[in-house]
Amino acid sequence: MATSKSICLYFQVHQPTRLRLYRFFDIGKDSHYYDDFANRTILRRVATKCYLPMNQLMLELIAKHKGKFKIAYSISGSALEQFRRFAPEVIESFKALAATGKVEFLCETYYHSLASLASESEFRHQVLKHAALIEELFGVKPTAFRNTELIYSDGIGEMVYDLGYKTMLTEGARHIMGWRSPNYVYTGHTQSKLKLLLRNYSLSDDIAFRFSNQGWDMWPLTAEKYVDWLGKSAGEGDIVNLFMDYETFGEHQSADSGIFEFMRALPAAVLADGTFGFVTPSEAVKKHKPISDISVEDPISWADEERDLTAWLGNELQSEAYKKVYAMTEKLSIVNDAELWEDFGHLQESDHFYYMCTKFFSDGEVHKYFNPYDTPYEAFINYMNVISDFQIRLDEAHAALDVKAAAVEELGSLKRKRK
Amino acid sequence: MRVLMFGWEFPPHIAGGLGTACEGIVKGLAANGVETLFVMPSASGDEDQSATTIINASDVPVDTVSESVEEYLEKVKFIHIGSNMIPYANPEEFSRLVEEEKKRQVKDFSISYGQKYKFSGKYGASLMEEVARYAMVGGTIALQRKDQFDVIHAHDWLTYYAGIAAKELTGKPLVIHVHATSFDRGSVDNIDTRVFAIERKGMEMADRVVTVSNLTRNTVITRYGIDPAKVVTVHNAVDFSGRENLQVERGVKEPVVTFLGRITYQKGPEYFIEAAAKVLKRTGNVRFVMAGSGDMMNRAIRHAARLGISDRFHFTGFLRGADVQKMFALSDVYIMPSISEPFGISPLEAMRTGVPSIISKQSGAAEVLKYAFKVDFWDVDAIADDIYALLSYPALASFSNRMGYEEVNALKWNGATAKLKQVYESVVK
Repeated sequence: MATSKSICLYFQVHQPTRLRLYRFFDIGKDSHYYDDFANRTILRRVATKCYLPMNQLMLELIAKHKGKFKIAYSISGSALEQFRRFAPEVIESFKALAATGKVEFLCETYYHSLASLASESEFRHQVLKHAALIEELFGVKPTAFRNTELIYSDGIGEMVYDLGYKTMLTEGARHIMGWRSPNYVYTGHTQSKLKLLLRNYSLSDDIAFRFSNQGWDMWPLTAEKYVDWLGKSAGEGDIVNLFMDYETFGEHQSADSGIFEFMRALPAAVLADGTFGFVTPSEAVKKHKPISDISVEDPISWADEERDLTAWLGNELQSEAYKKVYAMTEKLSIVNDAELWEDFGHLQESDHFYYMCTKFFSDGEVHKYFNPYDTPYEAFINYMNVISDFQIRLDEAHAALDVKAAAVEELGSLKRKRK
Repeated sequence: MRVLMFGWEFPPHIAGGLGTACEGIVKGLAANGVETLFVMPSASGDEDQSATTIINASDVPVDTVSESVEEYLEKVKFIHIGSNMIPYANPEEFSRLVEEEKKRQVKDFSISYGQKYKFSGKYGASLMEEVARYAMVGGTIALQRKDQFDVIHAHDWLTYYAGIAAKELTGKPLVIHVHATSFDRGSVDNIDTRVFAIERKGMEMADRVVTVSNLTRNTVITRYGIDPAKVVTVHNAVDFSGRENLQVERGVKEPVVTFLGRITYQKGPEYFIEAAAKVLKRTGNVRFVMAGSGDMMNRAIRHAARLGISDRFHFTGFLRGADVQKMFALSDVYIMPSISEPFGISPLEAMRTGVPSIISKQSGAAEVLKYAFKVDFWDVDAIADDIYALLSYPALASFSNRMGYEEVNALKWNGATAKLKQVYESVVK
């Protein structure tokens, strides 16, 4: 007998392309923007501590439970690029997971960017680019979508649907849910054909944030305890969506916290209990009917207490950097140079804006953990210096185009004269 | 003429402009036939002693007081120990100093009679204690060398107590030299009253007060209530000998307008930012750089971001050594919009590098620089106008370059110190 309720496990895999210390004196002279050493070092560390052991564990669990344990990943293009360069064995292990057929790979913006808020054309471009890479690597065309940091609004939902995705993941943010439960499938408000899966933040954060906190009155968390909570939380609902960073396992929560043992025990405990079965996002929306639509006028996300955009666009520094980088979109389309497009993509990674966040208080600890800069001001100065150099390159390429166009024009008129 | 001079620092190890000025002064005095004994709290031994004899106060024990300790204390009883004074520390230094201060307890100085005191010679957290100890050691040195000088000369408030002690113990005339006042460090209603008290004491006890500009002379007269008859202006000069102009490869094509200095209230950084925004409305062909650090830096970054000019307005953070020269070499216009600047040597450096300078009328340098562009610090429109004109009219820039270069090269310490010699002569009977 098939279980009536579902658990949908999705893991986010992302690594930013960190910028090197880029001084005013470098502007116009040196257009290599990235801290290759830090990027390689960090990636190799996280691969050893998290990606490789966790992938291995997932592979074992899928084999052990004979098709009953399923998971989903979203891996940003920026992360995939770094795997290719610095740790190709991680890609191989994801391919092994893909080969089981029990793993769904989601689509997102290639550069883990805020493009959905800034530019529809840039957003479309990055979505297509990411889908193509996922298909190339894992052999399956993605059918479900998750936007950067689970950012969602009615308008973004419409764009996503128009790109061919019928399922999207976002946050069960308290301020939009009100009395409603995240444990059902919903649809978009303005695009009712788009199905929405909402993160159960309380149960997700029990693992992602609280697991190793010995000051937590529920510590230590065991698989049995957690299954009990799942049942209580689900109540009348259909599905519990557990969405979290993959780096939770072994990186944010260290191996000696017992996080791997917990994950090893969880599928068996869930399946033994019998209330829940595991589904991937695309399966979830086939299995469970939406109960209503949900209206989200202002974008929501899974970040911080506010579950809004203030982690990336909350202060004047962030707005300024964001405006300046996206103001270049039009000129870039005219110039259409591959190298410039690539840098432009990396400069859009949401992490750069996150580093400029000045919310030092409630979520300051989390921000600090992820931040290579001592202060948001340093992050801003460094980013703007890079942007200034990029703008020079763009302007030069644009000017060269004008010269070329003028030459072609002149040639044309000479030919006409000859006739 | 022989001078016992009390300073706080001397090149090559300097934190501010005071040490550089002192070196220029002793060299200029030597050229005018004046001998100096230069006392400093903590000498490193690598100072250039070709023009002066350096006395390291850290080497001198306080046990050679001639009559008695009681008499000594009676004469120098005005000395008090304070602590946790951080007048010149920049923010980076501040946190470090707080840590240092925690480790190091201020001890009663009376127990150290007969001992040497190791001065830090920095502008640290125990500055008030060092100032007091420096006075005691200064008095000792003055007594030991009573026959080797005719006049005492003390530079800035840190050394005034030492100067007073030397005068009290030897009866020789005292000249104090005001390079800056408390009003240049804090706003009028926010000055350090302890420093103010030392400054006023020094000015009152002095036979002559030398100021680096008429602006400062005016401050000394009006704010400290000093008799105008004994206050004399001797403008600063600058020593460019041995300075080659750097050839630097430019990264950016646009002309660069530079502010270089501490980013603090007195330096008027926000007027520069406002003016930059105005210029950028009219032309995109320019970049602005705010070089340096200070307690207003973060505010300045937000200010520029709010005005939406951060892609054209750059911050470098604190620059040292060669990077300062490099920054001048990369600049096309230099700006010093100080709200209060006793003198301000940086525009002279800029003009020497061939960079036309816009300076505020509220700076001492404005009194000597004919070929600098002078504006009121608050007149953002005028600043913007001057920047725009210098960028847009090459004739203006090249004229002010040429004339400015000659002008600053003529500002020699030899001339300034000749005037200083006259001041000494007026007090030595």
